[in-house]
Amino acid sequence: MDAAEPRRETPSSPEEAGEVMRTAGEEGRRVRVRGGGTKLAWGCPLRSGHAGRSTAGTEIDLSTERLDSVEHNKEDLTAVLQAGVRLARAQEIFADANQMVALDPPLGQGDAATIGGVVATADSGPLRHQYGAARDLILGITIALSDGTIAKAGGKVIKNVAGYDLAKLFTGSFGTLGLVIEVVMRLHPLARDRVTALGDSDDAEALGRAASVVAHSPFGAESLDVAWHDGQGEVMARFGGAAPDDVVEQVVKLLEEAGLQADSRADDDPLWERQRTGQRSADGAVVRVSGLASELPAVLRAAHDAGGSLVGRAGLGVSWVTLPGGDASSLVSSIEDLRRRLDPFACVVLDAPPQVREKVDVWGKAQAVPLMRRVKARFDPHNVCNPGLFVGGI
Amino acid sequence: MIDAGLVERLRRISGDEHVLTDTHELRTYESDGLRHYRSSPPVAVLAGSAAEVRDVVRACHETMTPWVARGAGTGLSGGALPIEDGVLIVLTRLNRILDVDLDNQRVVVEPCVTNAAVSKAVAPTHFYPPDPSSQVVSTIGGNVAENSGGLHCFKYGFTTNYVTGLKVVLPDAEVVTLGGKEVDRPGYDLIGAFVGSEGTLGIATEITLRVTPVAEAHETTVAYFDGIEQAGQAVSDIVARGIVPAAIEIMDKLTIEATENWTHAGYPLDVGAALIVELDGPQAECDARSGDVLEIFEKAGASGTRVAENEEERALIWKARKAAFGAMGYLSPYYYVQDSVIPRTRLAEILGRIGELSEEYGFRIANVFHAGDGNLHPLVCFDARNPGESEKAEEVAGLILTACVEAGGSITGEHGVGVDKKKHMTEMFSEQDLDAFQRLRCAFDPDQLANPGKVMPTPRLCGEVPGPYRKHPLEQAGIAERF
Repeated sequence: MDAAEPRRETPSSPEEAGEVMRTAGEEGRRVRVRGGGTKLAWGCPLRSGHAGRSTAGTEIDLSTERLDSVEHNKEDLTAVLQAGVRLARAQEIFADANQMVALDPPLGQGDAATIGGVVATADSGPLRHQYGAARDLILGITIALSDGTIAKAGGKVIKNVAGYDLAKLFTGSFGTLGLVIEVVMRLHPLARDRVTALGDSDDAEALGRAASVVAHSPFGAESLDVAWHDGQGEVMARFGGAAPDDVVEQVVKLLEEAGLQADSRADDDPLWERQRTGQRSADGAVVRVSGLASELPAVLRAAHDAGGSLVGRAGLGVSWVTLPGGDASSLVSSIEDLRRRLDPFACVVLDAPPQVREKVDVWGKAQAVPLMRRVKARFDPHNVCNPGLFVGGI
Repeated sequence: MIDAGLVERLRRISGDEHVLTDTHELRTYESDGLRHYRSSPPVAVLAGSAAEVRDVVRACHETMTPWVARGAGTGLSGGALPIEDGVLIVLTRLNRILDVDLDNQRVVVEPCVTNAAVSKAVAPTHFYPPDPSSQVVSTIGGNVAENSGGLHCFKYGFTTNYVTGLKVVLPDAEVVTLGGKEVDRPGYDLIGAFVGSEGTLGIATEITLRVTPVAEAHETTVAYFDGIEQAGQAVSDIVARGIVPAAIEIMDKLTIEATENWTHAGYPLDVGAALIVELDGPQAECDARSGDVLEIFEKAGASGTRVAENEEERALIWKARKAAFGAMGYLSPYYYVQDSVIPRTRLAEILGRIGELSEEYGFRIANVFHAGDGNLHPLVCFDARNPGESEKAEEVAGLILTACVEAGGSITGEHGVGVDKKKHMTEMFSEQDLDAFQRLRCAFDPDQLANPGKVMPTPRLCGEVPGPYRKHPLEQAGIAERF
């Protein structure tokens, strides 16, 4: 890290944001984009500059806090959100019209997570089961590149195939291609009622079987999650709509047939909040495992044997394994063991203490890295946007 | 003309019988589903495997020969239009389903498996939701290139929401694997960037798709209205009530007339518009919601309704809708299909504008509308045998696009830009936007060999990155501009 204090910039318009980015590119200053600051530690520690280029100047800490406008097009079920809009605030606005953006990742300290940060990290929550991830809900994007280019891609309508889908390219790019100024999101109606079918067991195989039966059922759950802690696990399926009780009753039976102790729960918000919270850890390490639904029991056993807990999207095969805090070297070896055991599934380290981040490649193995480098070089030719933070040292 | 040595090399790669250079043999490939654009390729190679595709692309790269990939050729924007100095790479022999993994709800296919074959492979319990009307013939590779939608995309989404993995031959013949059966691999979402790139970033030789369980119940209803605006109002009311139907389609009077002639599906001919609403989900949910829908129809002034009582009736209702484009031949020897998108709330205004244009130019214009997502398909009926009519019809279609973009919409919802709409790209995108698109294209294809002349409104070059500026020969000659 540079010794000097970062220079803080708080642009309040796309033009100002473009100007900050252009200056950064010209002067070779590293740009760190900050939304709510809840996921700033994710990725590799930043590298100063790149070969042949001096970054003698101070780093720029670009906060999106003043980019906070919301345009809610109720009847079209879309919204235009500037990057600094807190997701919680946007949801309150949408809820007034019985709508939501179907993104429910953990919101971090003080519910500070912004839409820009959620898009940049492609973070997700239980709603992903039915509605997909940020990439599936984003309709358009406005970006600022490090040469001052302000460009948009996509549009404001639900369906549009004109031009390249840069909105998806920037989703999950961790601020390494440029600044996300604004996004257009698709909205969905808020379910009138929600009820959860919940089953528990200490048998990983039974949990896997139960999750699979629900995932293949014709009922269409809104969320389908699994949890595992201290030798006990749960499968939970949430249903929304006009008449969820009837469906939940049938799903409870399916869970029981799969060997679980099952019941329904109407006041289910705390349950799902717990799932979201389980994706973060203040002192331990969180490893996101991109697995397969059919391998859920193996992932549960691996988490258990590592002394960890797990929350996951059972139908999608994505799990967050939390390894408890302790001394850094034992955490590092737990992460490496987990990776070996779950190979070839990608295991990305999200939260982790700094001493751990320094010793492991948080991204692990990645595909098509040379092609990704070429993409990076085109969008951020000055290499000032979060250099070194992403896969393969991008 | 094409290098004779290259043709020889293609013959060695795919065998003599799979390399076509005869004019009459090549005629099949002159155009895709958009028949009024024609161009004869000097050579077409019917590659027989992913390895052959890679070798063909390598041969093209080594000789700096541009190429166009083609599937079933059902595209409606000229995306597979051959180029006169390049190779046409025909993928129809890559038509195997490689893996059906129902446990994980994935199907792995070669690019020329048809869309309908994917659903068939996982029936009756599961299906593949993106369902363009051409699904019996159109291929997954083409669907990936165009990010195809279909009748069910308001609820279920588009091709891009269902691709989890790709094997791609890049234009320099490097083969990359993107994603797989798993989601959330680390790195840029290059699948998201590739799907819908209209064959300009490479050739997908293996595609992993997500399939989904068939809902417990379907409830398909048609309501008839005096005017299309009332039908549009009913759609807004349905959405405002928080209902997300699996499909919502509107056909206007002219379309009903055309489809009835062909399908005899029982739509009355004396109504102004038909609105098809299909709910799906758990039985209890469908039951609860179908009452709401019928109530909304009545309030919006429906003159009649028809509820599908069984699977045959449901199929018949859809048969008419899916036949809409084909049936237009009964009304007019030629028609121009437009594919614009509007914010649904601007429907009445745009229909008014289309009515004005119809009157002003003297063309009948039929309207088919994916009403949920605002995707309008006006069909401009004309007779190409009358001198000047084709040009005038194209002009009208262009003016409709302009009106839709001005209303905050898009020039294409599902057919793609191709050659047909590239001149309209500047109505939607600024120079800086196009510059950003070009950056992606150059990262994948710095030599611009993949499907050149499509998507972008004017030829653009790829600057060297990073490094000092040097003029490209084409730029020096004033043929192309640098972004």
